Amino acid sequence: MSAPAIAIRGAIKRYGEITAVNGLDLEVPPGVCFGLLGPNGAGKSTTMRMLTAQTLADAGEISVLSYRLPAESKQARMEMGVVPQLDNLDIELTCRQILSVFARLYRVPRHERHAAVARALEIANLVPRAETKVSDLSGGMRRRLLVARGLIHRPRLVLLDEPTVGLDPQIRQELWSLIDSLRSEGVTMLMSTHYIEEAERLADIVAVMSAGRVIAQGTPAELVREHAGERVIEVYGTPERLAQVAELAARNGWRSRRSGPAIAIMRAEELGEEVPDGTSRPANLEDAFVALTGEEIE
Amino acid sequence: MSTPPPASSASVAPATPAPTPVRRVRRLEPAALAGVMTRDVVLFGRYWKATTFSSVVQPTIYLLAFAAGIGALVTKVGRFSYLDYVATGVVATAVLFSSAFPGMFNTFVRWRFQRTYDAMLAAPVDVEELVTAEILWIAMRAGVYGLAPILVGIVFGLNPTAGMLLVVPIGFLTGFGFAAFGVLLAAIAKTIDNFNYVTSAVLTPMFLVAGTFFPISSLPSGIRIVAKFNPLYHCVQLVRDASFGQLQLADLAHVGVLALFAVVMWRLAIWRLGKRLID
Repeated sequence: MSAPAIAIRGAIKRYGEITAVNGLDLEVPPGVCFGLLGPNGAGKSTTMRMLTAQTLADAGEISVLSYRLPAESKQARMEMGVVPQLDNLDIELTCRQILSVFARLYRVPRHERHAAVARALEIANLVPRAETKVSDLSGGMRRRLLVARGLIHRPRLVLLDEPTVGLDPQIRQELWSLIDSLRSEGVTMLMSTHYIEEAERLADIVAVMSAGRVIAQGTPAELVREHAGERVIEVYGTPERLAQVAELAARNGWRSRRSGPAIAIMRAEELGEEVPDGTSRPANLEDAFVALTGEEIE
Repeated sequence: MSTPPPASSASVAPATPAPTPVRRVRRLEPAALAGVMTRDVVLFGRYWKATTFSSVVQPTIYLLAFAAGIGALVTKVGRFSYLDYVATGVVATAVLFSSAFPGMFNTFVRWRFQRTYDAMLAAPVDVEELVTAEILWIAMRAGVYGLAPILVGIVFGLNPTAGMLLVVPIGFLTGFGFAAFGVLLAAIAKTIDNFNYVTSAVLTPMFLVAGTFFPISSLPSGIRIVAKFNPLYHCVQLVRDASFGQLQLADLAHVGVLALFAVVMWRLAIWRLGKRLID
């Protein structure tokens, strides 16, 4: 069996009294899109920064592409690309200039640099904007440029930290298409997100993070089946009716949660006659996530 | 409206992982330094006029003001005409302005506002390489800009000599130290306004008490002793001796002080900025 692209064992990172990462164990197999799903503050971004050695763990062991961090982080970074959550593009430079600079930083050989830049521009669909300054690009184009920058050296592993946060739905779809394409090409990706839909849509394996550690892991379907069952009954009604249903669920030990204007009761297929009338739908990752963490998420 | 990116495998093929040979890495890799400096060069191509203007005009104004103003009252300082004295002295000011200020402001802006350094450190570049490349670039510019007062002085009657070409390496060495000093301050400062204190309380006295416009021998003894620890003083002495063909073994002491200043500031800048960039 091939070595994991990322292996984290017992990682801890504290900031004063706050423990951002709390005994994290994580293994990312090669060739998959691995989703790190969790609410804000779950420790996803800290985990991402630990993988580039921009944040140093207080305890634990981390290896990336079989390089031990932080001692061999530079070697690891040569073979991975990073798409950060926050836009850190040089706004004074053009798309081509940014990609050229990073082609050098990633040690793309001189005779391959021109082609590498052209390829990256093409991947991000930015060829017509090659000579445009970053400050003149739209938000979506800047995001795509960030992805292109992370791919300039054809990395074996790509870290995507909340790649579509704050983007409107259309641009999010564009980014998803791009990530889908990478996945189909066999690039290993670790993608942190707090969007359920994003994890469900893109990730082969999802690890749910809460309070700095992984609390569940599996394919989206496995997580849903294991933690939310197959079907969910959504009961709508007046606030009094919803309160009654919630009380009924609690009394019977049914797993339930507030879902917009309804109460959603999970594992409906296992419930008996007592289950109230409502709309039946397939369970989804959001149900599993709430069942696991008790927290609502976008 | 932006167009969706192509999803065909043909367009994405370049992202296919390439087998990468295992590379041994060492400290201060030239490729990393060159990568960081490439960015500086590209940016310089965009802003060279403004950068050059600010780095050259201010010392030139000092030169003109002092040479024309005080020069009317003071014709000679020691063995030098006042024009010769000031033209060579202002080199240190030009070097200081074109190294300490970029070191402070560029670093602070790139680190805190643009997050450029975060992006670079996610690539195979470490803090030591990042800081070193930034300082090297600023020092190179400072070395060249250090020539500006000499050239202006020549226009006003300073006799050109071959030794004046040594202003470039002297300016580089001095600029390296002050660029690193600026980076160190940027890594310490909490807000960009903190630089006002440094400019007023440190840099201004530094260039006034360096033998730039008047000899430090005319200062009270206490200040004179302090001035001997001022790197700019050593820069000024070297520039004068080089420019007027008076270099001697004793000048190695000036080189030594500047080199020591540069190395200490360089290491401190790496250490302090590393603390801020890597948590």
